[in-house]
Amino acid sequence: MPTAVVALVLASPAAAPRRGYWHGVARQLARNPVAVVSASLLLLIVLAALFAPWLAPADPYKASMIRRLLPIGSVGHLLGSDELGRDMLTRLMYGGRLSLLMGVLPVLFAFVIGTSIGVIAGYVGGWVNMAIMRTFDVFYAFPSVLLAVAIAGALGPGMSNSLIALTLVFVPQVVRVAESVTTQVRQLDYVDAARLSGAGPLSIIRVHVLGNVLGPVFVYATGLVSVSLILASGLSFLGLGVKPPEAEWGLMLNTLRSAIYINPTLAALPGAMIFVTSMAFNLLADGVRSAMDIRL
Amino acid sequence: MNESTPIALPSLVDRGGPAQPLLIIDRLRKHFAVRGSKAVVRAVDGVSFTVAKGETLGIVGESGCGKSTTARLIARLMPADAGEMVFDGDGVGQFGGMALKDYRRNLQMVFQDSLASLNPRLTALDAIAYGPQVHGLGKAAALSRAAELLVRVGLAPNQFGSRYPHELSGGQRQRVNIARALAFEPRLLILDEAVAALDKSVQAQVLNLLQALKAERGLTYLFISHDLHVVHYLADRVLVMYLGLVVEVGPVERLYAQPRHPYTRALLSAVPSMDPARRTERSPLSGDPPNLINPPSGCRFRDRCAHAHAACAAAAPVLRETAPGHWAACHLDDPSSGHPEAPARAAMAFTA
Repeated sequence: MPTAVVALVLASPAAAPRRGYWHGVARQLARNPVAVVSASLLLLIVLAALFAPWLAPADPYKASMIRRLLPIGSVGHLLGSDELGRDMLTRLMYGGRLSLLMGVLPVLFAFVIGTSIGVIAGYVGGWVNMAIMRTFDVFYAFPSVLLAVAIAGALGPGMSNSLIALTLVFVPQVVRVAESVTTQVRQLDYVDAARLSGAGPLSIIRVHVLGNVLGPVFVYATGLVSVSLILASGLSFLGLGVKPPEAEWGLMLNTLRSAIYINPTLAALPGAMIFVTSMAFNLLADGVRSAMDIRL
Repeated sequence: MNESTPIALPSLVDRGGPAQPLLIIDRLRKHFAVRGSKAVVRAVDGVSFTVAKGETLGIVGESGCGKSTTARLIARLMPADAGEMVFDGDGVGQFGGMALKDYRRNLQMVFQDSLASLNPRLTALDAIAYGPQVHGLGKAAALSRAAELLVRVGLAPNQFGSRYPHELSGGQRQRVNIARALAFEPRLLILDEAVAALDKSVQAQVLNLLQALKAERGLTYLFISHDLHVVHYLADRVLVMYLGLVVEVGPVERLYAQPRHPYTRALLSAVPSMDPARRTERSPLSGDPPNLINPPSGCRFRDRCAHAHAACAAAAPVLRETAPGHWAACHLDDPSSGHPEAPARAAMAFTA
């Protein structure tokens, strides 16, 4: 059902006579079955997380000593219960809220900050570019997991600190992509033509550079969401992210670790959610990337 | 910006009168540093010429001779190392002269690559309307002006106005580029290989459009091309560049009929003839042009010139007027140069 809805929305013909660029992209995307399935799955997960308080069958914090580690399919607990007897389906839905937030927010922050810095570096060029890019190369030298753990460790555990840590991990990557795309765009004749028409740098960046840089950088950033999701879960797993009893997929994976010999399928559930969500994000990003290549 | 009170762009008036050249270029120079060494590429090495009002000056030469760099220097898309520009009597960027912003308003450029010179995210109408909007014209007024210009270049706005560059053909894109360049009512239009990428039939249409536009708007063209046929068709005067220098300049008919400089002669004889009887068996120019980092001493053409002599290595020839308005930089035209063939030729030139 959601598949059909998304396909319908994406494929609806343009009402306006002016066919926009993004309309073409959406049409291409609707023809890609992998992208449509990924988008539908994501929509399902996001909606489930968003409306968890209304949809969830139980209270996510209500523990029960006698109903611990029930298997999947138990009466009253569709996906079983965790090591404290809390309903897994409920916990997974609530966990999605924090996990998705931790997946999307750092990338969003990094997208805004990184694009601004990258576009400035690319457009101004010269020694400004050199100074900015070499500074970020230092961050780039560290593996992202190590960097995230190091920053989160230095700042101390907690959700806002892991948000900051993840943002800092992604900023250099976004800067690099934005800078390279901007450098390419800046050399094109239409930027020269805009300069000839007397436009100032701000107008040129707004109209001619950003319009052609945001797309590729955005697609790159979409791919980072899955990485962010996994890193955030990793931080929680290590105890550097969200603290119990908060529901978060990485944290749930950590606490269910002890139950892996008793009920392995149950323990794997949060991991499966992380896997499915990040895969869906990746495949959707791939779909958007190829759909955006509609230029001749 | 309110639509009912559009700010009209101030019209660009003729200040110096008809005798004042529209543009005087004096000893323009641009050397590019070669990365990692002290060598410089002498892309433009002291180029001087004038462009009269209402004329079309064709600039020809092999690729790499500095034509496009000259164009970009004139458009101030890159700073020149040395040299002065005087636009209609006002020094550009000089104290008491013309501000760069005003200068740029008077001048627009059409590039070779019609696709790269249009923003892929702007429709044809938006691309044309962008410039006037930058100068404070309201969006609606700018769009209606863009629509008028599209009509003028032969594209129906309701059919082509909302198309993106990739949805237009090469000829249509170049028409959009021309319309965009005209949006300011510029006085000088620099056409940098503007028709080179178009196929022959489309090229002819665009050339005719350019001729018509020039006549009705009193434009002055700087037409840069490597295609001698096209230059012959469009230009009033032709300027020949070789390795960053002007080697010959003259009225088009005279220069094509009686080229003075051996390089110009070689270029013209390299043009494929439509007449089988005039077939050329041998390539008139051998070898590649010498590199611009280390050009030959004296005359830069002497490596490839059939008339080269010791005098050519000793001193660089300067431009000399060989006939009214026809200048060439060759020792053959200078009896005092010491070149053995020079006196005979000089005598011939004045009888011709």
